[in-house]
Amino acid sequence: MVEATHQPSQALETGESPNRRAWLRFRDNRPAVMASVFLLALIVLALAWPLISSQGDVHSEAQFAVPSGGHWFGTDVHGRDLFGRVLAGTRISLMVGLIGALVSLVIGVLWGATAGFLGGRWDNLLMRTVDVLYSLPSIIFVIVIITTLQEVLERWLQATFGGEGGETARMLLLYAGLGAVSWLTMARIVRGQVLALRERQFVEAARSIGLGTRAILWRHILPNVFGVVIVYLTLTLPAVVLYESFLSYLGLGIQPPGASLGSLIAEGSAQINPIRVYWWMIAFPAGFLAALLMALNFLGDGLRDVFDPKVDKNC
Amino acid sequence: MTLIARLAMRPALYSVAGARAWFCAVSLAYFLRRVATLMPLVLVISFLAFCLVRVAPGGPFDKERAPATPDIERNLKAKYHLDEPLWKQYLRFIGIGFEKRNGEWRAFEGGLVRGDFGPSLKYRNHSVNDIIAQGLPVSLSLGMLSFCFALGFGIPLGVWTAIRRGRWQDHVGSFFSILAVCIPAFVLGPVLIVLLGIKWPVFPVGLWGGPWHVILPAITLGTYFAGKVSRLTREGMSQALHSDFITTARAKGVSERSIILRHALREGLLPVVTYSGPLLADLLVGSFVVENLFQIPGIGVFLVSSSINRDYTMVVGLVILYSVMLLALNLVVDVVYGLLDKRVKYG
Repeated sequence: MVEATHQPSQALETGESPNRRAWLRFRDNRPAVMASVFLLALIVLALAWPLISSQGDVHSEAQFAVPSGGHWFGTDVHGRDLFGRVLAGTRISLMVGLIGALVSLVIGVLWGATAGFLGGRWDNLLMRTVDVLYSLPSIIFVIVIITTLQEVLERWLQATFGGEGGETARMLLLYAGLGAVSWLTMARIVRGQVLALRERQFVEAARSIGLGTRAILWRHILPNVFGVVIVYLTLTLPAVVLYESFLSYLGLGIQPPGASLGSLIAEGSAQINPIRVYWWMIAFPAGFLAALLMALNFLGDGLRDVFDPKVDKNC
Repeated sequence: MTLIARLAMRPALYSVAGARAWFCAVSLAYFLRRVATLMPLVLVISFLAFCLVRVAPGGPFDKERAPATPDIERNLKAKYHLDEPLWKQYLRFIGIGFEKRNGEWRAFEGGLVRGDFGPSLKYRNHSVNDIIAQGLPVSLSLGMLSFCFALGFGIPLGVWTAIRRGRWQDHVGSFFSILAVCIPAFVLGPVLIVLLGIKWPVFPVGLWGGPWHVILPAITLGTYFAGKVSRLTREGMSQALHSDFITTARAKGVSERSIILRHALREGLLPVVTYSGPLLADLLVGSFVVENLFQIPGIGVFLVSSSINRDYTMVVGLVILYSVMLLALNLVVDVVYGLLDKRVKYG
């Protein structure tokens, strides 16, 4: 523990780069490191599992089999191996979360940076828009976006690629819809940061040597916002995963035979009745979802401590 | 000497009272100005919601039981004025404007300005006002209870983990508060129903009635927010405990208990106060999952079902209800913020 607390200060003395210092601080945060190892393992397992086994899609006679050596997590209503289904669900949930969070990142950073940097009337207009969108219930917004664009996109996909475009369209919309509702806070945070940075001397210096607005924004301001953005991105990811699972639970997200963790939980809780509880059908997807979200949250918290060391954890 | 006379003799109190009166006047002006800006904001939001649902494909009469003939559909649309241009529909919804009725120009009847959201297009025997009036009290009481649950568990846990920051109590407490954030209501609900409703029948599994019916739904709804409140409290308290005024208080020899409860908590709770505006709005308007799981007749169910059914008037009504609640609560939050933190200046 002595070494652990010593290292960052040593780094400070020897004049390490900020990134190296951040890495050293991150390495000392045991929950965050464990969370990232867990996440990596989960991603590798979820991606590699279809190569190892194709049990997840095979229907069999063994309906609602109890977890055993053959089926580690038991089987579902169609006799499919739940372990494979859960991994497939994890894959989809992670993908939706990642892309949704990236969409929110792009919109939020551009919006917030523009508002903060231009200031004045533009700032007012852009941020009032954010205020208005904030006061719409997001669930209505998402449902309307998904159903509105679905038909359009489906038609477009069929015209361009032919054949079945329905599921692809639905997935794309899910990403877009979730990104479209979760960028608001990102925009507010980035705007605040940019507003503060704009007044700093290095920006003034950059302007004095004749740099244009875009160059200042890209080269000098956005790199400084990076830390906050990364932190908030890791915290948006679990939020989007949770939202996706909620939508899938409502039947608006991933459709069978596709699976996400949310739709698996919905399938499981549909089987709850007073006579017989197929606990594995809800326990395993829910456990995976909770573990995934927790890992992401721990990672986000760890990154925040790294990039925003306002509260020194040892004093 | 009477108490009032004695108080009047203390000049220090004069200035405090004066400052307080001045503060009240300033914040009243601020309050009124904020209320005045709410109206246009609500109008913009209502317009946005109005356009949003109408742009979506499909209509409210698509899922009628009998396949409607074109004639029937046309008549239905005409009855609810869905055949008019969008701007006219919106003006009618707002209730400002004139139309030719029986050969003479008359003002629109009903409309938002008269507090009327119009008839529901899906449940056509009921007006949106009726449905909201029936469901809102249920959602409100469930939401208030969940709010109390969230604060009652979240704040003490957050304070506790902040005081013991970095020790095992912090790790255990933080683990549970993050766990609470990571278990969605649609998992927690069924688990609680199976365990406490079916296996050990302590609580009823659903419906809405006596106080026993409220507990499981309130826990299901509130757990996520309790976790969130606890995280926010921990963060706010940790920062407050490291600020200079706490060091000063410690140096003066103020007891640890008083430092935490009277000095640090006041500042440490500010993030929670900020968060409780949107939190309360979310809780009060009802939750689809919880109301669906426990068969509770609130309005949260309509939030989802109305937008799937394209029940235009219902969607717009609910959006306005939610946004008015959110804006009003945010206003209250700002006022409370000023009461807790005297450094806040209302601009």
